[in-house]
Amino acid sequence: MDISLQKVEYRYAAGSPFEKKAIEDISFTIPSGQCVAIIGHTGSGKSTLLLHLNALLKPTSGSVVIGDRTVKAGRKEKDLKPIRQKVGIVFQFPEQQLFEENVMKDICYGPMNFGVSEEEAKKRARYWIEQVGLSQEILEDSPFDLSGGQMRRVAIAGVLAMEPEVLVLDEPTAGLDPRGRKEIMDMFYQLHKKRNLTLILVTHSMEDAAEYADQVVVLNKGRKVHEGTPRDLFADAERLAEWGLGVPEVVRFQRLLEEKTGRSLPGVCLSIDELAAAWNEQSGGPAV
Amino acid sequence: MMEKMIFGRYIPADSLVHRMDPRAKLVFVFAFIAIIFLADNVWAYALAAIFTLASIWLSGITVRFLISGLKPVMILIAFTFVLQLFFAREGQVILDLGLFTIYEEGVRQALMISTQFLLLVFMTSLLTLTTTPISITDGLESLLNPLKKIRFPAHELALMMSIALRFIPTLMDETDKIMKAQMARGSDMSSGPVKDRIKAVVPLMIPLFVNAFKRAEDLATAMEVRGYRGGEGRTKYRLLQWHLRDTLALFSLVLLAGLLGSLRIWL
Ligand SMILES: Nc1ncnc2c1ncn2[C@@H]1O[C@H](COP(=O)(O)OP(=O)(O)OP(=O)(O)O)[C@@H](O)[C@H]1O
Ligand SMILES: [Mg+2]
Repeated sequence: MDISLQKVEYRYAAGSPFEKKAIEDISFTIPSGQCVAIIGHTGSGKSTLLLHLNALLKPTSGSVVIGDRTVKAGRKEKDLKPIRQKVGIVFQFPEQQLFEENVMKDICYGPMNFGVSEEEAKKRARYWIEQVGLSQEILEDSPFDLSGGQMRRVAIAGVLAMEPEVLVLDEPTAGLDPRGRKEIMDMFYQLHKKRNLTLILVTHSMEDAAEYADQVVVLNKGRKVHEGTPRDLFADAERLAEWGLGVPEVVRFQRLLEEKTGRSLPGVCLSIDELAAAWNEQSGGPAV
Repeated sequence: MMEKMIFGRYIPADSLVHRMDPRAKLVFVFAFIAIIFLADNVWAYALAAIFTLASIWLSGITVRFLISGLKPVMILIAFTFVLQLFFAREGQVILDLGLFTIYEEGVRQALMISTQFLLLVFMTSLLTLTTTPISITDGLESLLNPLKKIRFPAHELALMMSIALRFIPTLMDETDKIMKAQMARGSDMSSGPVKDRIKAVVPLMIPLFVNAFKRAEDLATAMEVRGYRGGEGRTKYRLLQWHLRDTLALFSLVLLAGLLGSLRIWL
């Protein structure tokens, strides 16, 4: 299922003195099965943009095409549930959405809203709780007795159990420990690869964008300023700095290495292994 | 949908009303509430309405904005209007609909009561729209200060009020956020049978309450670690200053009271 944005603009509190334009003139397409990262300085409109991807916000001008549905500015939409089932969103700090008396019920809430039987929902809960790295015993606990990281994982399981075709993630790993971050990101990436799940990822981590994304969209002050592969994007550190962004650690390292040794590689490398291989190939032997 | 509500919000600007001493504004609004009940005929209401409109005009806020921001209150006022319309059974019959009869007195009553209500809401909104919560609190505490002698907890009351005012917008934003998160999980608060809609409120209320309690606890801890120990011996960074305009504002109110009172006697 492709998602395509056409000249999307959104103003909060339109028509009041608090009116605030959060995004404007944003157009791009996310083809089915891709992993797209959306990056930008804080307040650049990333979260606002995400809310359009499953019609939680309607553009104040422009339109969003989600599969075979079009959400257009100024038109009343009915029955948005099918869209919400196909496009799952994991919000920034999703642990705030937990409410049931136990984890099992909370995970079942989404699927059962979309008409899945209780039996099937429970089966999914048992499956997904393990996928997010927790044990099935936790299903009986109250979600409010869990640690912050566990709550995050439960909330993620609650969205995954809806089995969406497109998964939208708003900084899913913010505030987690480094190992937890890697585990969760790897899990999402595996799902993306194995199930051909479309992944849309908002992140402040340039490393994640470099490692996982096929395409990167850069927002700056509510506008799209760049769209392309991570390799092209991270080759231009100066432009990134203009938008208040940096480059991945490995790219910084490569630049430093090139500066110190006076030799330069043909392009930027997005992982340390890639850098080592490129370096070896160019010099015909191990560098260090 | 929550983002348009202006109840309890402050709009920064630099109007005459914004610059007034919060004590003057508080006394003004409370006195106005009392005075408006003096009005008992059309002329008195017209006068009070003009007075209110003038105050709004001086604050640089448009009436249209007030009305759109107070939509829920407007609905309530419209509701009381209709209720009043059918309630009173005196005077001439204006309209006979068979089942309902509308009397002249009913129309009069309905118009007056809803005008009264409307003016009250406008004036009180004007106070919160033009005064930061913190100045309202300062003003209130300063006004209640004499009562401390009889052990009235003026400082605590003012503090409680300022915290409540401060967190209204936060709670509204949070409601919006949690609502969106649950809608993304297929909750549907805007359609379907009433029973389902009521059920859909639970996933909203529980996280909201849990977060509110957690926030209250955090706030208490944060205040304690910074050495907060009540109002005793506490000095102030912001000092209140009474100007001529404040005296004039209160004087205009005395004038209004006098006029409304005389209209009441003469007409
Ligand atoms: N509910 C709201 N009401 C009014 N303005 C809002 C609201 N939510 C966001 N904004 C404004 O819209 C702009 C974009 O906000 P958004 O949350 O989309 O940024 P972001 O890129 O997700 O930032 P971050 O990286 O900090 O999460 C900001 O200037 C913000 O102040
Ligand atoms: Mg955000």
